[in-house]
Amino acid sequence: MARSTRRAALGGAIALIALPFAAVAQDDALVAAIREQVGDAEPEEDGITLRAPSVAENGAQVPLTVLVDSAQTAAEHVTAIHLFAAGNPTPGIASFQLTPLLGRAEIQTRIRLSQAQQVIVLARMNDGRLRRATVEIRVTTGGCLT
Amino acid sequence: MSGALTAPRLRVPRSARAGEVVEIRTLIEHPMETGIRGAGDRPAARDMLERLVVRVNGAVALQASLRNGISPNPYLVFFLRIERTSELEFVFFDERGRSTRATARIAVA
Repeated sequence: MARSTRRAALGGAIALIALPFAAVAQDDALVAAIREQVGDAEPEEDGITLRAPSVAENGAQVPLTVLVDSAQTAAEHVTAIHLFAAGNPTPGIASFQLTPLLGRAEIQTRIRLSQAQQVIVLARMNDGRLRRATVEIRVTTGGCLT
Repeated sequence: MSGALTAPRLRVPRSARAGEVVEIRTLIEHPMETGIRGAGDRPAARDMLERLVVRVNGAVALQASLRNGISPNPYLVFFLRIERTSELEFVFFDERGRSTRATARIAVA
């Protein structure tokens, strides 16, 4: 089955853009990992700012900043942020459960990437809405298997 | 073979104004060994932190589930809104059920 057909068959819920980097080896695991965290809801491609180096010198320590546009009040706040690596041996990076005690819906951390790939971020709001953003990161030295 | 978990290091302001949003940093020394490396001949034993729970005055403020894609010596920065003098508690759990803890206090005049 051609790759594009297989992607369509995986369901329109998770819209995987055509990826220029090697991210396709773990397609099924990635889709399953995302579905396990956020189900099949269609996310808005909006409302998240990602900051990461376009080229990471050390794949074992790639700085990543996730900022979700949110008032962070009892009425409007982020409840979860999920990070996935589309091209790592396993796709899961981390999930964060947030409360309104977080004055900003911002998380900074360091992730490891085995090769150039897309990092996928999903954010859940308290009203159930889902947001998504992605970033492509190149890696000088792979960070998972050395 | 891993020993006991080391206590996490925290960077927390000593004081804040009521309602201020403050930056909190945590760093914990841990190899975050996935067990995937060297899978050819002698795979390294898996040794991973899996969870962080941050409490402010006893109430859970933030939880993190850490997976294979988090770097060794996990580093995390987040932002808390502080309304009053607060006791912060950070507890990391590893996949074997061990835990390590650190606390800090932010004074509000």
